[in-house]
Amino acid sequence: MTISVTMTVNGQSVTRDVEPRTLLVQFLRENLGMTGTHVGCDTSQCGACVVHVNGTSVKSCTILAAQAQGAKVTTVEGLAQDGKLHPMQEAFRENHALQCGFCTPGMIMSAIDLVQRNPNPSEETVRHELEGNLCRCTGYHNIVKAVMAGAQAMRG
Amino acid sequence: MTNQGIGQSVRRKEDFRFITGQGHYTDDINRPGQLHAAFLRSPHAFAKIRAIRLDTAKKMPGVVAIYTGQDVAADKVGGLICGWTVKDKKGDPHKAPRHDIIAIDHVRHVGDQVAVVIAQSLSQAKDAAEAIEVDYDVLTPVVDVVTALKPGAPQVHPDAPGNLCYDWEFGDKAATEAAFAKAAHVTRIDLLNNRLSPNPMEPRSAIGEYDPGTDTTTVYTTSQNPHVLRLILCAFVFGLPEHKVRVIAPDVGGGFGSKIFNYPEETVCVWAARKLKKPVKWTSDRTEAFLTDAHGRDHVTHAELAIDKDGKFLALRVDTKANMGAYLSTFASAVPTYLYALLLAGQYTTPAVYAEVKAVFTNTTPVDAYRGAGRPEATYVVERIVEAAARELKMDPVELRKKNFVPVDAFPYQTPVACVYDSGQYAKALDEACKAADYAGFAKRKAESAKKGKLRGIGFCAYIEACGIAPSSVVGSLGAGVGLWESGQIRFNATGSVFVYTGSHSHGQGHETTFAQIVSDKLGVPIENIEVVHGDTAQVPMGMGTYGSRSLAVGGSALMRAADKIIEKGKRIAAHLMEASVDDVVFDKGTFSVKGTDKQVPMAQVAFTAYVPHNYPADLEPGLEASAFYDPVNFTFPAGVHIAEVEIDSDTGVTTVANWVAVDDFGKVINPMIVEGQVHGGIAQGIGQALLEGVVYDKESGQLLTASFLDYCMPRADNLPSYKVGMIETPCPHNPLGVKGCGEAGAIAAPAALMNAITDALGTEEITMPATPLKVWKVIQSRHLAAAAE
Ligand code: FES
Ligand code: FES
Repeated sequence: MTISVTMTVNGQSVTRDVEPRTLLVQFLRENLGMTGTHVGCDTSQCGACVVHVNGTSVKSCTILAAQAQGAKVTTVEGLAQDGKLHPMQEAFRENHALQCGFCTPGMIMSAIDLVQRNPNPSEETVRHELEGNLCRCTGYHNIVKAVMAGAQAMRG
Repeated sequence: MTNQGIGQSVRRKEDFRFITGQGHYTDDINRPGQLHAAFLRSPHAFAKIRAIRLDTAKKMPGVVAIYTGQDVAADKVGGLICGWTVKDKKGDPHKAPRHDIIAIDHVRHVGDQVAVVIAQSLSQAKDAAEAIEVDYDVLTPVVDVVTALKPGAPQVHPDAPGNLCYDWEFGDKAATEAAFAKAAHVTRIDLLNNRLSPNPMEPRSAIGEYDPGTDTTTVYTTSQNPHVLRLILCAFVFGLPEHKVRVIAPDVGGGFGSKIFNYPEETVCVWAARKLKKPVKWTSDRTEAFLTDAHGRDHVTHAELAIDKDGKFLALRVDTKANMGAYLSTFASAVPTYLYALLLAGQYTTPAVYAEVKAVFTNTTPVDAYRGAGRPEATYVVERIVEAAARELKMDPVELRKKNFVPVDAFPYQTPVACVYDSGQYAKALDEACKAADYAGFAKRKAESAKKGKLRGIGFCAYIEACGIAPSSVVGSLGAGVGLWESGQIRFNATGSVFVYTGSHSHGQGHETTFAQIVSDKLGVPIENIEVVHGDTAQVPMGMGTYGSRSLAVGGSALMRAADKIIEKGKRIAAHLMEASVDDVVFDKGTFSVKGTDKQVPMAQVAFTAYVPHNYPADLEPGLEASAFYDPVNFTFPAGVHIAEVEIDSDTGVTTVANWVAVDDFGKVINPMIVEGQVHGGIAQGIGQALLEGVVYDKESGQLLTASFLDYCMPRADNLPSYKVGMIETPCPHNPLGVKGCGEAGAIAAPAALMNAITDALGTEEITMPATPLKVWKVIQSRHLAAAAE
């Protein structure tokens, strides 16, 4: 049995027939072939899969594709506009906030949501808010720096 | 140009694809006609397989094939091998029981492979795996080394009596005994080095693919060393010729050692793909990663330090039991022996060292190299016992260390445990670290904490590691089955851009930038015109991969040698173009010129001429490319000092890391930004080991109790401090770049520094890693009770 799911991903309307149990992250990676969103765990702990659904961050491994029916989904692939990187992407590169890059898409998506809610976060707030995103490489030092710098850039 | 060369924090070339979601990790790759593999794994730690019934599962939708160990045996697939043979006290080789890629008659740890389902989709494969019925005779398991060594303990393998893999010794026993006999003081300590799960964020993944037309097998996989994997698969497991197998390790999401090894799963994908003539893909989920990725550490150690009346170390005696898990993983045997005991002299002049190590089989996941591999365990022993000695002798731990450091004028320094330290400035690193940590102000801060009812402690760790692994003849004499050189190739294109091929592999370390920097610096080509290629055996001629902080020291050195050859050939072309004698041509900053004249030609013109050789030396081959192999003459010896300061809440037992200072000596630093990042990540893993992480097995059932991120406490952003990272540079005297390696230092230094701080705050050595709030709170409570009773 399949169901038809329609949503807008990075500004484009997409429709696919999928098994009802398909998770949003599977829909993105397997049905749409958009592999920028990663899977790092099976217990909703790591945050590698974070995307924005209607503007807020969601672990895409924790919701069914069907639950995003009609929603506007943004993934890391949709952040750069007209060939210009999002300020948070720039901040990650500038501050060496990534090593293997596997946690990075989820980290950037979480960071943007964090800054949208806290335009001027303290280091403590950043560390606390990133609690749902695991990184094994960086020790978080440069991620925290990058998020603070990205926040400043987003404030303009 | 000037902001791109050696010593510059060049922003990474690889980052654009990662921050835009355009990386290509193995699981992002899908091949036409691809099938999916799911493993049925043992729910028991130890059991005999009585029967496997596949009838129901085989009829499930989408199922293409189901294989068990019997099918593997029928195809005569070799077992997985251990690539380093350690000889025991009697000179006999270690026990390496057969390790089948799917279990045949016994399962020996929870998660052992029992069957594999290959299906059209992953969910179909998983559904069918659940429908397989297995009858087991459940046996009593053993999970810890102490129990496993007891008489009458369950026997994991019939061909490893007493569960002993080897009983090994190193160092001068007689000299050590003699030193103890005349010691004024002996400090003793018992230590547990907790078992860790490496947990790179990208789970392991593999695709096997077979092209019958060319009889070629391709393996896409999450490997730190694709050429080594090819060698093992071809020479030992399948008996295939190497030129018919291609291993591609594309973007790899972290490894920390766990992706060095040859595992059953990728091997099964290759075997099944060849059988079915269809690509077969498997991607680990996190639960499988906890169950099957090789774990790290897991040592039980007793150590004794003999000291004379002036505080000089006379001898160190160490007895260690190391858990190997259920099978001997690819390099497991070397970790608690040659990567461990050889570092037990630490930064000190201790004249005699003797170590005994028993490696033990248990019904647990195999244990192998994890960031630091043996050296964190050695450092933990040395630096815990030195700090404990200072406390017993009521000496300042800084002064005791300085009294015993190998002095700057003693290099090269021969230790009693085979290493020749090449260079270092140990006291300088300690002084700088003390300054950065404001050691002088510690007493005041401790008093302030006490006023708030909090316990404050400071801990030191002066570590040394052996990196740049390794001189082939040395490791060969110690039992390694491979040479540990590295290869590099530099190929100019006609239009002046450059391909750099390296046999080492980047899975976060930033080789695409650092290696471009060294080639840019040497040959004067802008880094944007340099492409570093790694991770594909069809593109890179040869390689030994990345581990043991070896990439730059060995792989970078190979590239320097290749660059020298490019310059030599370039000079001949340039001499011809400038109508000068080769001996008069000099090369500097990308330009060839004739000594004492203003004649010059740029590298780009030389490259063009090499490929369009219309006006060209008659006796010279066209083309401008060179490859080189580099076999190091010695290990490198990065060293440094980390200082941890903690504040403990006595009511909750929560430890807060109040300050972290690192002063490391990695020799010459190519890209400080990347090096600092490596240090940060290492410290985080070390803090994780000391405070948060620990693999736990149930003693009775052998079940893994920490099989998810819910139960295994990974360091998160709010568990960790920011770090103060400083460096001193004592160049390595024996490689062309003067580099020593930086990838593992943090993970080596951090656990001892942090536990020394915690034990300082608590006033007792009696606490094991991870020092969780519960354990800390219990120690505080028991001391309160003891104080009340007095
Ligand atoms: S994949 Fe780990 S939280 Fe979604
Ligand atoms: S950069 Fe590797 S996990 Fe974060």
